[in-house]
Amino acid sequence: MKHTMADIAIIGAGPAGLAAAVAAYDTGIHNILILDRNNWLGGILPQCIHDGFGIEETGTSMTGPEYAEMYTDMVKKRNIPTWQETMALKITKNNTIHAINKEGLHHIKAQSIILAMGCREKTRWNALIPGTRPSGIYTAGAAQAFINLYNIIPGNKILVLGSGDVGLIMARRLKFEGADVLGVVELLPYASGLPRNVVQCLDDYDIPLYLNHTVTNIQGKERLTHVTIALINKNGEPVANTESTIQCDTLLLSLGLIPENELTKTIDIQLDTITGGSIVNEHFETTMSGIFTCGNCLQVYDTVDLLAKNAKRAGIAAAHHVLEKPPENKQKICVRAGKNVQYVIPQTIQKPGLHTLTLRVKKPCGPVQLYLKTDKQIISKKKIRWVNPANMLEFQVRIPENLFKDNRSFEVNIDD
Amino acid sequence: MTKEQEITCIICPIGCKIIVQSDGTTAEAITGHRCKQGIIYAQTEALDPRRMLTSSILVHNGTWPLVSVKTIKSIPKEKIFSALKEIQKTVVDAPIKRGDVLIHNVAHLYIDIVATKTISIKKK
Ligand SMILES: Cc1cc2nc3c(=O)[nH]c(=O)nc-3n(C[C@H](O)[C@H](O)[C@H](O)COP(=O)(O)OP(=O)(O)OC[C@H]3O[C@@H](n4cnc5c(N)ncnc54)[C@H](O)[C@@H]3O)c2cc1C
Ligand code: SF4
Repeated sequence: MKHTMADIAIIGAGPAGLAAAVAAYDTGIHNILILDRNNWLGGILPQCIHDGFGIEETGTSMTGPEYAEMYTDMVKKRNIPTWQETMALKITKNNTIHAINKEGLHHIKAQSIILAMGCREKTRWNALIPGTRPSGIYTAGAAQAFINLYNIIPGNKILVLGSGDVGLIMARRLKFEGADVLGVVELLPYASGLPRNVVQCLDDYDIPLYLNHTVTNIQGKERLTHVTIALINKNGEPVANTESTIQCDTLLLSLGLIPENELTKTIDIQLDTITGGSIVNEHFETTMSGIFTCGNCLQVYDTVDLLAKNAKRAGIAAAHHVLEKPPENKQKICVRAGKNVQYVIPQTIQKPGLHTLTLRVKKPCGPVQLYLKTDKQIISKKKIRWVNPANMLEFQVRIPENLFKDNRSFEVNIDD
Repeated sequence: MTKEQEITCIICPIGCKIIVQSDGTTAEAITGHRCKQGIIYAQTEALDPRRMLTSSILVHNGTWPLVSVKTIKSIPKEKIFSALKEIQKTVVDAPIKRGDVLIHNVAHLYIDIVATKTISIKKK
């Protein structure tokens, strides 16, 4: 067992972990350690070879690998140590990370910890798709890694279930590699990915999008041979006599992402059942003092720009925790999701003043009113042209002093 | 000859369906747009649709078997598959630096293909 001390230890070297490290370093804390189980830095980005990253942040549209290298370079320039091929196993009291790598077991004791483990993909078992269990069924991200990192083409006749961005991008990518892409099947009446990806990944190559459809059966003994799809009614049930069978050898699942928090569960940190990430205050601090979180393990972001911006705020907060050793703040108000709102982050706020909140809506509509209210007063009101579950909403609001005296909670609503 | 087509605006997440009339040299948005940006997008999309192309190229002797690449500017949509053919034929030697030109003048477009990743030589 080896013992290591650090001011800040960061778990995960994706864009979130790297951005948090850079910001913490620039705030004045230099004894930082970044851990990652991969043998590269940048997390999932090196496999996202398409462009569209960093537009808001840098004004140019970068590819995933370029964006990752931009942050890797910043980390290297500051000589921040990174331990690669190191898996964090659990966190115990007094902010101690138990990790393992080729040298053996490590105990890393840190004043602040930043959780930046990213997310993982939903699988066939999350969607409970009936049928046999042949080979040829992959998550879209696994297929993306095969093709873009390891030069392995997963199949020839491809069907995609789920119209999230990763699925749409993979439909085009497989078309580029000469595969026969038969279509994208989506349960909802609209695509869950960005319009940009629907146009540039499907429409450009005449790949059909089957809205209000789902996969009802999977067939094949060794390898996948057939997939049955059917129309779905308003209650989400397959409609009789609308089934059609599609011959294919590969089914890609793009069913959504789940924040990766197995590690978070090893210590008593409270998770939000809707986001799947930790419950945080305005400093991205979890319910455990000194443990912060950012990136896709907090909430699944749609752009890396906003993700990195918030990760930097988490890095700065973690640095201030080391510099100032603030006493535990007991005073807080709760932020609740109201009408047409799936969730709001942060879930708690400790101080009055101007705050930046992010939320995701339940259904697309517009124009709408965004309003924040307690049971007694309306705190703020704002008109918004259009809201969509595919687009996270970021907004600023001034929280008045009196809220901390009486109500101790307010609700965020979207009304049309 | 004028032709009418429906174009989905990709500038913002609303994704307006814009009906455009064009004769090959000029184009006009008829209905569906909610703002000026949409008109400009629909006009270029009707007359000269362009796309960034990203893919990967085989690497010899590198720490990774592939290097990710992109066109340095967007290329005409109808040239995508000719560009891809050249990309698929190419093999490059490590080391490669991000920004290195790996294919000059792809598909006779006077546009280069550059590496988007840095790859070092594989240690024996
Ligand atoms: C398959 C897939 C494809 C995506 N494609 C796109 C896209 O095209 N465009 C886009 O904008 N976004 C995409 N995303 C979202 C993308 O995840 C974010 O843009 C961004 O990469 C997330 O950054 P992150 O740092 O939060 O997580 P990640 O990049 O996932 O980094 C997390 C890191 O933590 C490490 N880690 C996790 N647990 C441990 C542990 N216990 N010990 C040690 N290390 C650990 C992981 O190995 C990983 O390196 C995609 C996501 C996935 C899953
Ligand atoms: S036309 Fe305007 S409002 Fe409509 S999608 Fe385009 S940019 Fe958005």
